[in-house]
Amino acid sequence: MEALVWLLVAVPLGTGAVLACTGRRGDRPAPAVGITAASVTLVLAVLAAMSRPAVSVPLFAGIEAGLAVDGLSAVLVITVAAVTLFVLWFSTGEFAADEPRARFTGLMLVFAGAMLVTVTATGLGVLLMGWEVMGATSWALIGFWWREPHRVRAADVAFLTTRAADLGLYLAAGAALAGGVGSLALTELPQASQPWMAVLTAGVVVAAVGKSAQLPFHFWLSRAMEGPSSVSALLHSATMVAAGGYLLLRLQPLLAASGWGEPVIAWTGAATALVLGLVAVAQSDLKQLLAASTSAQIGFIVLAAGAGGVAGGTMQLVAHAATKSALFLAAGAWLTALGTKALPALRGAARRHRLVGVTFTVAAATLAGVPPLSLWVTKDAVLATALKGSLGLYATGLAAAVVAAVYSAKAAWVVWQPEPEDAESGWDTEHAGTREVPAFARPALVVLAGAATVLGALGVPPVARALQALIGVGSHSLPKAWELVLSAVLALTAASATWWWGDRAVPVPLAARRWLGQWMRFERLAELLVVRPTMTLARTLAAFDDRVLDRVVMSVPAAGMWLARLVDRGAETPVDGVVRLVAQGARGLGTLARRPQTGQLHQYYAQAAAALVVLALFLVFVR
Amino acid sequence: MLSLIVFLPLAAAAVLVGVPASAGKRVFTGSWVTVAAADLALVVAAWIGYDLGGGLAYEQRLPWIPSAGVSYHVGVDGLSLPLVAVTAALFLACAIYSLRQTHRVKSFVLLFLGLQTVSLGLFTALDLILFFVYFDLSIVGMYFVIARWGHGRARQSALTFFLYTFLGSLALLLGFIGLYLAADPHTFDIVALTRTNPLAGGELYGALVLLAIGVGLAVKTPTVPFHTWLPPAHTDAPAAGSAILAGVLLKMGTYGFVRIAMPLLPDTWRQYAGVVVVIGVVSVLYGALVALAQEDFKRMVAYTSVNHMGYVVLAVGAAGLAAGSDEQARSLAVTGAVTQMVSHGLLTGALFLLAGVLHDRAASYDMGAYSGLAGPAPVFAGVTGLVVFASLGLPGFSGFIAEFQILAGSLGPATVATALALLGILITAGLLLRALHRVFLGEARIPGAPESGFTDLKPSETASIVPLLALAILIGVLPRFLLDVIEPSSATLIGVVSS
Repeated sequence: MEALVWLLVAVPLGTGAVLACTGRRGDRPAPAVGITAASVTLVLAVLAAMSRPAVSVPLFAGIEAGLAVDGLSAVLVITVAAVTLFVLWFSTGEFAADEPRARFTGLMLVFAGAMLVTVTATGLGVLLMGWEVMGATSWALIGFWWREPHRVRAADVAFLTTRAADLGLYLAAGAALAGGVGSLALTELPQASQPWMAVLTAGVVVAAVGKSAQLPFHFWLSRAMEGPSSVSALLHSATMVAAGGYLLLRLQPLLAASGWGEPVIAWTGAATALVLGLVAVAQSDLKQLLAASTSAQIGFIVLAAGAGGVAGGTMQLVAHAATKSALFLAAGAWLTALGTKALPALRGAARRHRLVGVTFTVAAATLAGVPPLSLWVTKDAVLATALKGSLGLYATGLAAAVVAAVYSAKAAWVVWQPEPEDAESGWDTEHAGTREVPAFARPALVVLAGAATVLGALGVPPVARALQALIGVGSHSLPKAWELVLSAVLALTAASATWWWGDRAVPVPLAARRWLGQWMRFERLAELLVVRPTMTLARTLAAFDDRVLDRVVMSVPAAGMWLARLVDRGAETPVDGVVRLVAQGARGLGTLARRPQTGQLHQYYAQAAAALVVLALFLVFVR
Repeated sequence: MLSLIVFLPLAAAAVLVGVPASAGKRVFTGSWVTVAAADLALVVAAWIGYDLGGGLAYEQRLPWIPSAGVSYHVGVDGLSLPLVAVTAALFLACAIYSLRQTHRVKSFVLLFLGLQTVSLGLFTALDLILFFVYFDLSIVGMYFVIARWGHGRARQSALTFFLYTFLGSLALLLGFIGLYLAADPHTFDIVALTRTNPLAGGELYGALVLLAIGVGLAVKTPTVPFHTWLPPAHTDAPAAGSAILAGVLLKMGTYGFVRIAMPLLPDTWRQYAGVVVVIGVVSVLYGALVALAQEDFKRMVAYTSVNHMGYVVLAVGAAGLAAGSDEQARSLAVTGAVTQMVSHGLLTGALFLLAGVLHDRAASYDMGAYSGLAGPAPVFAGVTGLVVFASLGLPGFSGFIAEFQILAGSLGPATVATALALLGILITAGLLLRALHRVFLGEARIPGAPESGFTDLKPSETASIVPLLALAILIGVLPRFLLDVIEPSSATLIGVVSS
């Protein structure tokens, strides 16, 4: 049984890696292989959820690499595996035969496998591994159509933003070690000593908030829309953004132990739910609207983690995963058929493609919080926990729920409008549409939208209690009847008002609408405050390196040469002069000494006589 | 066993000297590949036979200059065995890569065989003078590689490299003599010096000796501000030369820290560990930022080497800081440092060989001149993409195993410095993605003659680069086979440094 959890992560990761490396040769079998691997993964996930395997092997000194499926993980692995399977199923119709499907399918499997590692990891080390691989594969998936530079740039923005937040997990790992949690086990993290506990919590909070596209990191999610629709469907539902929410739910005890983590996280979630909801309302592009709503809906999960409602947050995560993947696949189906995702151009899209329209509307109604659909109950479960903590949180959450009803109704209203005469002029802006929804897409849409509906059963008290017992952590309170009624009335009112209002002008200043429409221009802000100064600093340092440091170094040999010449002129010449002088003197003396040596005997005698005389005189006078 | 591993390439070179150059280049390249493969097989055998206890293995000691306390003393432990293995693997990769070499093949092969002996010798040396001899010979060998087979301003770059690193090695020698004089009885033996710890107490004399050794090693590593020889040397060196320079020669500097500076001067090391940490973190950030601003692919990789080696320096510095940390964290940091040496050797070696492909096809490293190479050369792009992600520390590759241990282990002892060094990870990710994006993605554009196209990886290139990547993945996925070797030795080292 223990091998089950290894298999659960190895099947998608291994198949995906092999598939991604086969190149164009693998394109033909790729969809079949991908669906098979995803199905096997789903079966393994269900088996693992039932048998609850746990394994552990040594990783680093004193740090184990552990994977385990407990209650929370059980819910997550099934969600991830199921959504992956349906998205892959859908994607077989999304790509033309000549597109690199092997690369796509392989990367999707690795992506899902990395998410499975993240949600089954028992320690920070392995969690970080899954977490980072997921980020890198998201880069490759968002930039899937790499010939178009704007898509790759979008992928760069998404990856670098999430990786900036990921540094938090490196920090957290170091802080855990320093704080006495040598094993890095997630369950032991709340025992870290101060002040490391604060660093640890801060790191986890930043990483989770970044991955979940919460304020202020939300802008990367907008850029992530440049990828294929099925990528968005997976990235926005059960993986990537869900990972941040999962981490916070998993480490709820840490947030509680830190003392300040809970309110910070709760308010971040609530603020994101409200503000990004408004951003969603201001969008004129269907995928952008859905993306902003993802941030907002994940905000409820984050709020739940901050308020201590792990069960409620998990329910929200699962229900949102089903809903949002259905919505993105519907948007993807229209994109394939009509070649556009601009809302004005999608007028009447639901009438033209009825099945897509119906599933989209069901999912949108779920997103709006219409009873008795799933997000209505799960959101109220989250809000019920929030109400126990603070009325302000509850009120903000409720306001966010109203906004959710507005943007959902707005999207649904547009697609059900009568198709205008010149509808075709707005189509084919992204690529040439096929004018038909692929047959493969239908079952995936129906199943996911159906799941979004059926998961409303999570709200039935016995089911909710069972789930609570399954997850088994955190305090949890079921929403009271008046709360359910209140949110239902608010959602229905807001949705009907929006429907009735239609596309008449909204009494909001244009500047504000633009500001919200551009996701509050946070990307621009990051560009101005972080990217540009970094690039300037980099260029300055590079210039310093070339012009100052290198010159200083190169001036050492230059100074050496100069010194050498100086010595040559200043010392060598005079010294040489002295030596020459000595030599000249010696030569002169030599010449002189040669003169007596005439070779003639009589002259030698004369010289000898003269020398003897001198010697005799010397002896006489000196002695 | 070790001596056989070390001197097998030299022996092969001695035989090949007798073969006339007219015998054809296949004789030389072929025998080079064979010898390198045989040497790697021997290293693998030594690895399998290595006892995981953490002590020295395959030790051998012969008198060499007894009057001066110098002996031929060799052996390996968990700190050096991985580096010996990387050296053997990289030289084999370079041998395969150079199968297409056409220019002065005989002397090229002879020189690389000699360099291999020198490099392997350095990582097995347990005597300071032996270490120094190998250290210097490696500089001489690399000088000729750059000067004779380089391109651009190869002679000037080679001369700069030679003079700078040679100066560094003289500082090193000064330090070694300082250690020799302090020991009683006088000896250059590393094991004996570790045992006797002649400079215990860490007085000014010890500080000066550490300064001399530190500067010598810092030049070779290189750390900021002693790194300026590296970018020109790399840019102008041939691909195989760059791979060896980055993959093997730089490690001689960092290896010196864990083999000599830390265990031989433990007290002084502890005293000045803060300085080492600062140099490390400055190298990390400075290297990353300057790399970000580069337009030349090879220069960029060269600066990322400064960044990656900065992590090693940070880790060995943090391991010396005693305050507020336990042994586990510091041992983790040292294990991470050695893993980083291995990982950087494999990945940067691969990156430089890939840069060689770029130069081979279009004679330019200018990133602005290329675009969209993934179209004509998908395999080249895919392999480079993987190596780039591995190099930016993605889990599943060796870089993560190294950097995670370094950063997690160093945060406790050196909190602020490590927190700053974390930013290096992000900058590296940014600059490598930017390079990948500019050169490989987008519409295809090739400098020079576009009509000839851009040929994808050739068999000899694939066969040399992909195994390096495979090793990096192996370490990234199943790191225990490596960490089991390193961990006991780093625990021993931490024991020596903190006692």
